[in-house]
Amino acid sequence: MVTNVTSLGRNGLHDWLVQRISAVVLLVWFVYVGCYAVLHEPLTYLAWQGLFSQTWMRIFTLIALFSLCAHAWIGLWTIATDYFSVHLMGKKATALRLLVQVACVAVLAVYLLWCIHILWSI
Amino acid sequence: MLVSVYRYNPETDLQPRMQDYNVDLPPGKDMMVLDLLQLVKDQDQSLTYRRSCREGVCGSDGMNINGRNGLACITHVSEIVKNGKVVLRPLPGLPVVRDLVVDMTAFYRQYERIKPYLQNDEPPPAIERLQSPEDRAKLDGLYECILCACCSTSCPSFWWNPDKFVGPAGLLQAYRFLADSRDTHTAERLAELEDPFSVFRCRGIMNCVSVCPKGLNPTKAIGHIRSMLLERGV
Repeated sequence: MVTNVTSLGRNGLHDWLVQRISAVVLLVWFVYVGCYAVLHEPLTYLAWQGLFSQTWMRIFTLIALFSLCAHAWIGLWTIATDYFSVHLMGKKATALRLLVQVACVAVLAVYLLWCIHILWSI
Repeated sequence: MLVSVYRYNPETDLQPRMQDYNVDLPPGKDMMVLDLLQLVKDQDQSLTYRRSCREGVCGSDGMNINGRNGLACITHVSEIVKNGKVVLRPLPGLPVVRDLVVDMTAFYRQYERIKPYLQNDEPPPAIERLQSPEDRAKLDGLYECILCACCSTSCPSFWWNPDKFVGPAGLLQAYRFLADSRDTHTAERLAELEDPFSVFRCRGIMNCVSVCPKGLNPTKAIGHIRSMLLERGV
């Protein structure tokens, strides 16, 4: 058993499952929004606003946003633990890895809060 | 034929180098790479490599042959020669002891971690623990692993995290005991594997399947372990 406190669920199965479910959610959201944009060509601001002002679309988008953040975090965490390892870089790797992980969390948190703000101000 | 061999002696060399040898192949014979290495060694006695059974059973002579891991003793020169040249390097991702010999400690440590032996808490029967032919058949494609390390050392996840990721060879053996009807420690074995590294660092790129000299499929075994973890954890 390898313990790790910075992975999303502290458990490989949890992260693996979340990554796959979030991928499906994102696929459905992007296909739906893509189809909507194509079918309402030329897409006007009013049509776009009409779509995102509906409660169900806001909830669907919020779920997609959480999925995006979880998916991105699991992927970036994996990359950080692959490439910034003591095995490859020596002792400085731990500090660098933590820095990269904190930066990723900060960026994802900003995007998430910013998107929620936009979504509820339409 | 030109044979380019990775040379490194930590006692005399500051860094590794590639050394070229011209070898005259006997006509009418399709030699194995191990035979080619013997011809090189006849020229240069300082060349170091591991070998033993010379028939793909012991797994000693795993090396990187023209960019692909394999056993020198069962790889035909004609299969891998490119532009009349053969390039031989040690297995990637493990520390080099000398020339083509690598330090397999990290590989064996992961193998040891999965407890590669039968664990059964029930009182032993008078003669032996029986197994039905169907249960025995579940071990086919798993028990044949010779621990040559060709698979684990072709896996980038093992290169990056050899101390945390069990690697394809270890996971193939982990599943060999998870699938064994005589083993009663399935829950404990799975609990040891559910962290984010041990199994789940496998990204399914299947390098292990591509290079296994015994034709085994560690990726499929890893998939079975994931399914067992899923059944247990959901």
